Amino acid sequence: MGGHSNWPEWIYVGAVVAIMCWVGAEAWEAERLVEHVPEGAEIIKVTGQQWFWTFEHEDGTKEIGELHVEKGKAYKFEIHSTDVNHSFNIHDYVVLMDAIPGRVNTVWFAPDAVGEHDIQCREYCGLIHYNMRGTLIVEEPHS
Amino acid sequence: MVLELQKPRPIWQIMFSTHHTDVGLLYLIMSLGFLFLGGALALAIRAELFLPGAQIIGDAMTFNRIFTVHGTTLIFLFIIPFASAVGNYFVPIMVRYKDMAYPKLNAIAFWMIPPAGALIWLGFADFTWYATPPYSIISAPGPAADMWIFGLKILGVSSVLGAINFVVTILKCKHPDMSIGQVPLLAWSFLSSSLIILVAIPTFAAALLMLLTDRLGVTGFFNPAMGGDPIAYAHLFWFTFHPEVYVLVIPAIGMMYEIIPRFSRKPIYSFNSGIFAFVLLSIVGFSSWAHHMYATGMSFTEKTVFMVGTLAAVPASAMHVYNFIATMWNGRIKFSTPMMWAVGGIALFFSAGAGGVANAAMPLDFTTHDTYWVVGHFHLFVMGTIAFGSIGFLYYMYPYVTGRMYNEAMGKIHFILSFIGTILVFFTQHVLGLYGMPRRIFDYPPIPEWIAMNQIASVGAMVIGVSMVIFLVNMIHSAGKGEPANPEDPFGVGGKYYYPFEAKNPSH
Repeated sequence: MGGHSNWPEWIYVGAVVAIMCWVGAEAWEAERLVEHVPEGAEIIKVTGQQWFWTFEHEDGTKEIGELHVEKGKAYKFEIHSTDVNHSFNIHDYVVLMDAIPGRVNTVWFAPDAVGEHDIQCREYCGLIHYNMRGTLIVEEPHS
Repeated sequence: MVLELQKPRPIWQIMFSTHHTDVGLLYLIMSLGFLFLGGALALAIRAELFLPGAQIIGDAMTFNRIFTVHGTTLIFLFIIPFASAVGNYFVPIMVRYKDMAYPKLNAIAFWMIPPAGALIWLGFADFTWYATPPYSIISAPGPAADMWIFGLKILGVSSVLGAINFVVTILKCKHPDMSIGQVPLLAWSFLSSSLIILVAIPTFAAALLMLLTDRLGVTGFFNPAMGGDPIAYAHLFWFTFHPEVYVLVIPAIGMMYEIIPRFSRKPIYSFNSGIFAFVLLSIVGFSSWAHHMYATGMSFTEKTVFMVGTLAAVPASAMHVYNFIATMWNGRIKFSTPMMWAVGGIALFFSAGAGGVANAAMPLDFTTHDTYWVVGHFHLFVMGTIAFGSIGFLYYMYPYVTGRMYNEAMGKIHFILSFIGTILVFFTQHVLGLYGMPRRIFDYPPIPEWIAMNQIASVGAMVIGVSMVIFLVNMIHSAGKGEPANPEDPFGVGGKYYYPFEAKNPSH
């Protein structure tokens, strides 16, 4: 109120709006790239249930708690749940997608180095939620 | 003069009173009681997470119940009733009316909270404050879950009644000589937050009923086994509870608008931009709810829309910060205890907001979502901003409520320890989130970085715990033995206070 001029505030608000536009544009561009699933990605069906993960490869191989993949290949996860909500997470590869009963959610990744990474559940799912963990094992290509 | 604790009255006279300061006192004491109860649960959680493996809480179920009740208590039984306490004391004075518009409704709204609190605490549910289906429908043990649902239902009705009362008091009962543009910013904050409540809460009220009938097995709104969709609940929940964030934070900002100019001995830099930012936040707050749901399988377009809606709230928040800093600029600032809490709260508000921008950016959210980053982020709001503003305001109104001054040195120690503790706990939790530690976990694998960060956070929580003991001693001791306050100017900063002793009708 009163006789002072407000132009510094307008400049400040303009700067904040500009920063937000920049953050939004960068995020939009990055997300657009991230969501583009590469051609020929191998499908892995992921099932979450209280309180473990099961995986089914395209060739019908099933795994529980451990997931073996090959370096340099792209994989597309088709994630669903048989009981309550879970969230499939490989933190080291920023893979995160909710496993929801009655839905199939997809997310993809392409491991670029041999090694082991933690798989965990990131959505609260009850008693043993804290220990709904697994291991991702990235191996050298077989062929 | 309405100096409750100086003029001994039988307790039932306060309990059955409908006078706004009496109801405000009831709100105040009850909300502080729940602050200490909920805080004790937080200390239990932090003690448990000090090391991997079971520490003081024997099993995961107890742990899950503790964090559920911790969150529910501090949001619904501390923050909201505390704001109602301040609103009851100050809104009628600020609009120059004798009382709230509907005094009996006011008392009813208060008396709905204790039974609701009892339901939540006696039930001790385990499905998190989010009560997400299908877990809450098919897996959460009753009767705790049902008691939680009924408790929240009652709290929702109480909030709506309180909000109606504030809106009517401000819009219809303000003094005829007073235009809406002359209503002080603290009262404006209650007008904004009450309007948000009226729009937002009914959605969650509906969702709670659907959740209850789903639990009873007669419907299947959110139960996929009966053809329902759990994501529908997520939308209904966040449509209420993202705006609810602003319901919590706007009154705290209003309290800072009362403290900052007073102790800077300057008028507020821009009254109009304060109002503008309140109104803008109340509207924009409704455009961002699904940013809590990026990982539920939303389409790219949906995510983009809600990201833009979220980022749109930032300039309005930034305007408040600017207003505070511009008010303090060149002021003759007196760092009494309330001012320290308000300035600390603004600093943490800024930190929390900056973290929020990172959450809102779609690709980054997949790193932080449902990790300890989120816990740290929203605690910087609820503790760092809202509780800091509220506690600062409690010190500010203390001389009026009791007629005595609190101990200034203890108040400052309380602030310094709480500020250090808050940074130790919640900044490290951001880092923990980046390491990938999920939230709501009873135990974690012995990864050295996780252990180190958890230990820093737990030490910080204990520092806050110690500061809260000092706070409690100060409040209780000073109420009886403190120095009598100068009712005209208890803080020695001059100017005109909105103190309720100016009210002309002590009993109503």
